[in-house]
Amino acid sequence: MAEYQFLPRQELQRLFDRLRTAGFHCIAPQVRDGAIVYDTLADAAALPQGQHDRQAAGSYRLERDDSARCFAWANGPQALKPLTFAPRESLWRAEQGADFTPAALHDLPTAVLGVRACDLAALQIHDLHFRNNDPYYAARRERLFLVAVNCSHPAETCFCVSTGDGPEAQSGFDLVLDELDDGYIVRSGTPVGGAILRDLYLEPAGAAQREAAQQQNAAAVAHQTRTLPGRNLRDTLFARLEHAHWDDVAARCLSCGNCTAVCPTCFCHSERDEPALDGRSSVHYRQWDSCFTEGHSYIHGIVIRAETKFRYRQWLTHKLGSWHDQYGRSGCVGCGRCISWCPAAIDITAEAAALCGS
Amino acid sequence: MKPKVAVHKFSSCDGCQLAFLNLGEGLLQLNALVDIVHFAEAGYLNENAKVDLAFVEGSISTPHELERIKHVRENSKYLVTLGACATAGGLQALRNMADGNAWLAGVYAGPEHIPFLPTSTAVAQHVRVDLELWGCPVNSRQVVLAVRDLLFGVAPREETEKVCLECKRKGTVCVMVTKNEPCMGPVTRTGCGALCPSFGRDCYACFGPAENAETAALARRFEGFGLLPEAIAHRFLFINNGAPAFHAEGVRWQEKSHE
Repeated sequence: MAEYQFLPRQELQRLFDRLRTAGFHCIAPQVRDGAIVYDTLADAAALPQGQHDRQAAGSYRLERDDSARCFAWANGPQALKPLTFAPRESLWRAEQGADFTPAALHDLPTAVLGVRACDLAALQIHDLHFRNNDPYYAARRERLFLVAVNCSHPAETCFCVSTGDGPEAQSGFDLVLDELDDGYIVRSGTPVGGAILRDLYLEPAGAAQREAAQQQNAAAVAHQTRTLPGRNLRDTLFARLEHAHWDDVAARCLSCGNCTAVCPTCFCHSERDEPALDGRSSVHYRQWDSCFTEGHSYIHGIVIRAETKFRYRQWLTHKLGSWHDQYGRSGCVGCGRCISWCPAAIDITAEAAALCGS
Repeated sequence: MKPKVAVHKFSSCDGCQLAFLNLGEGLLQLNALVDIVHFAEAGYLNENAKVDLAFVEGSISTPHELERIKHVRENSKYLVTLGACATAGGLQALRNMADGNAWLAGVYAGPEHIPFLPTSTAVAQHVRVDLELWGCPVNSRQVVLAVRDLLFGVAPREETEKVCLECKRKGTVCVMVTKNEPCMGPVTRTGCGALCPSFGRDCYACFGPAENAETAALARRFEGFGLLPEAIAHRFLFINNGAPAFHAEGVRWQEKSHE
């Protein structure tokens, strides 16, 4: 079997069907409430065909044209994070007079179509954080089958070239697609992906198609204009903890936590018990938290970061700074979500430039 | 002996008391755990009973209520306000910024027969309050968690974070970012389950200010969306107009609208 195969667009449904036959629940991009979201999808006709996004700081709009392409857009608000790191889940239940009962592990084999390079990079970071010590994450992660799509249409807010994470998927996928006008170049990244691909009985991709895909990737790289001032800003940022610009950003920041919720690498969570009214049982929940909440820095009667300025500083110095100490790289994969989905239009690349400039 | 509970009503629409009545089977459970001695909407009348726990719905807006809330406080070990009226004065606190007597005369043919305070105020402005439950209306979950914690003998844990986080956990698409809706979610306390944005509309802050509510930054963002100062003022001067953080921001933009 040739490494690069070609899947005509009208046969895309066969990939969905093959995955379903192999036992996978399929999750794929689709339009909902004016954005591209990832959810259950079994019908290739329901993909966001002809949809394009226009993103700017604090703004996201979809437009449609008659293009046959289904992946001609950059990421919407979420992709993989809610599938592996659940927004809210019960971890265990306690019954009076009985033992603690751990929650059942969710391990439905799930295939996700349309994953972008930035999210694969973020997943690798989450794996470092969760995979070896969190059975709930690990169960969901192990059963994930990832069909990446090389990003051909980065948004104005994207800067994965600057962080080194895209727009072309390098690793971490089972299959990877390049979307062309008439179909998809398909390549496998794992034996499981290879088996699925083999069963599709495709023709090898032609040299012209390979060339078109390469040009497309080069254009996607050239299209990106936003950058971070460097890949390791740890020392620079920690040398500027008293910089006047922290006040400037704090005057605009809503401390709402949207940036952290859409960030594919943010992993903070809170836990709490919710007892039943009769007091005989209690469920222990874990849910997404944010360094922009009061509870995040609450320690024994004291809120350490009561002011927005210190919350934003915590987020940025962790994301771009101390993350290097924890995981050997920056916590930013350049997806630009924190820029688009900030209701106050705060731009991490502009703030980092202002803080790191002379 | 079961703890005694009273549910009192002041100036309000009675909607928050439904958080109890809507419990269904939970209401029977509650009745097994506590002794409900006063709850007019449910048919129990013993207003002056000494109780362990009193829930107060409604704002203080008449001379009689001013006296009555003092008695409620004296008769109760632990006092919980129930909803926007009791906690922030309610929608009716809008009269605090106007000539209440003129409004009264404009609505009623014989205003002299209506006992009336010129202001509608939060319970906490008159007596000590032990716990505030925000919402218009509050929901059963809030009430059950508070009662359960108190029965365990622990202080109920307040949920003070913003609506935005709940929106994101639910996977709701942001209406500010996709539609420029003047959503109050970024400054509003969680607890409703991010109800309005999940139906595609903007939050109107019925749960009051969240902790660290950056009202000025949000108001400036609304201005950037093209809202006039008066419209911005109205976003803050609504159901929880009496909450200090909203009141101050609303008045600031109201004054700008007069410039």
